[in-house]
Amino acid sequence: MASIAPGAPRTGPVNNRLRSNLLTTVLLLPAAIWYAVLLVLPLLIVVIFSFGTRAKNGGYTPGFVLDNYARALSKPEPFIDSLWMSAAGTIGCLLVGLPIAYFIATRAGRRKSLLILLLVVPFWTSFLIRTYAWILILGPGVGLGTFLSSLVGGGRVDLLGTPFAVLVGLVYGYLPLMLFPLYVTLERMDRTLLEASKDLGAGRWATFRQVTLPVALPGLVTGSILVFIPMMGEYVIPQLLGLGRTYLMGNALVTDFLDARNWPNGSARAVFLIVIMLVTITFYLWFVNRGRRTREVSVL
Amino acid sequence: MTAPAVPAAVPRLARPSARGRGDRLGNLVEVWFRAHSALVYVFLYAPIVVVVLFAFNNTQGVATRWEGLSLRWFEIALHDPVVLKSLTNSFIIAIPNAILSTIFGTMAALALQRVGKRVRLAFDGLTYMSVIVPEIVIALSTLVLFATSFDLVESITGERPKFGYTTIIAAHVLFNTSLVLLLVRARLTGMDRTLVEASADLFATPWRTFRQITFPQLLPAIVAGFLLSFTFSFDDYVITTFVSGPGSSTLPLFIFGQVKRGVTPETNAVATMILGITLLTLIIGQILLTWQSRRAGQKKGGIAAVVIER
Repeated sequence: MASIAPGAPRTGPVNNRLRSNLLTTVLLLPAAIWYAVLLVLPLLIVVIFSFGTRAKNGGYTPGFVLDNYARALSKPEPFIDSLWMSAAGTIGCLLVGLPIAYFIATRAGRRKSLLILLLVVPFWTSFLIRTYAWILILGPGVGLGTFLSSLVGGGRVDLLGTPFAVLVGLVYGYLPLMLFPLYVTLERMDRTLLEASKDLGAGRWATFRQVTLPVALPGLVTGSILVFIPMMGEYVIPQLLGLGRTYLMGNALVTDFLDARNWPNGSARAVFLIVIMLVTITFYLWFVNRGRRTREVSVL
Repeated sequence: MTAPAVPAAVPRLARPSARGRGDRLGNLVEVWFRAHSALVYVFLYAPIVVVVLFAFNNTQGVATRWEGLSLRWFEIALHDPVVLKSLTNSFIIAIPNAILSTIFGTMAALALQRVGKRVRLAFDGLTYMSVIVPEIVIALSTLVLFATSFDLVESITGERPKFGYTTIIAAHVLFNTSLVLLLVRARLTGMDRTLVEASADLFATPWRTFRQITFPQLLPAIVAGFLLSFTFSFDDYVITTFVSGPGSSTLPLFIFGQVKRGVTPETNAVATMILGITLLTLIIGQILLTWQSRRAGQKKGGIAAVVIER
């Protein structure tokens, strides 16, 4: 208002810009502080600690050694098991998720919003509760356990503590994160492409492979990354459904940091996880940009 | 009517079997689609149903032996001082967390519209990082940060700060600020700019434009962000467990401890109450958002629309 007043015609715009910059800074400040102190600083500390040595009573003594990395590499089992489990879990999510995402996107009609809401609700409820619920289902005594034991002739069937139980938990826990991006890309798919493909004599499989899959690819990649990375660091599922017998990266980290109180060792392991994450995200960015470039070319 | 039928019959005669097989396969695929989708819904809901069902089990102790309906375990849970303390703690943590995250996230989303490309990219990078870095890494590195800085504070002042509500809320706010930021930014990008420009053309002050044009349009995302922050904090186990102190244990921590010792009917009763609180939040949010979008004359509304339509 002051800037329009005839008394201050010159200083007005400058004042306004100053005030505008100040406002932007104030708006950004709380989030920036939080990011700096509780995201950048902790990760930085982990990287620094990963080169240090363990203090006598646990914790950290400054130093620059590579022993922690050497130790982590000499016992790579948790890391490799995590990779396998996450890969299997991601494929599981895809196999379970792709058909239903396709079904809702193309066949659901007016019930679409209801069906989507029904997918959101479990995602909204407690991850911990949804995970421990599988103890009741997979353990001996209820439903599935009893059913399976009757199939194999009455012996006790206890799936708890097996890698299978962990896999079920992973697919179950992360399925929604796969479903949402898949659904969004499939929903935006140009339906006339399917008709064109059919008119040109392509069969169902050829249409799926040459039309639907390429269209769904961005959602598929996004979904895979959204489930793969958190699976790599999953702690609750192997703990509760694997009973600690399936020993993944998350469990190894907790052992290092809390039980052994060997922070440098744990930090080195954590750096491996962070590196995997960075590699995956770099791949993703490359993938997204590659898509954009080809699209620009095709437009030209 | 009969005349065109004759030429039409020719291709049908030419490849009758192939066509029939194709349609049958098509029908089979359609049936499979339906069956698969139905099974996925069963897969998603069966565990939740099992927990709720066994919470009403009239058993003496064995959680999974069904002995009829009863509310006794809810009564036991509600008279358990540990449960009540954890429930209070969960609210004491989740509510300030949701308020702070919503304010910080919304502020940052608005600010990011006004900054240069470099600042925006850096900020976006950090936002995605906070969402995608495995929770356990964030949790443990935050623990190390707190422990180290508490050592420092102790060596200077001689008094050691304690883990508790503050540390938990601080850690939760990081993750939830990013969440709100993402939701509000998505809404800002999809917003109709012409209204803002029209408002400026009509000599409205920036504050008035924000209050009357921008804010109402952002409201669904802000409400969804608030509710999501509340439930994520209320349900969180991993971060909470590593930065909590004596006396600040929440319901998920209580449940985890119980589950490790063996699920009891009381565990299921407490879990059912948590599910109830979360669902209630979801329903309230859904009603608010549907009401808001109807008032604003938009077709799509509700939480699903806000969460999915990024």
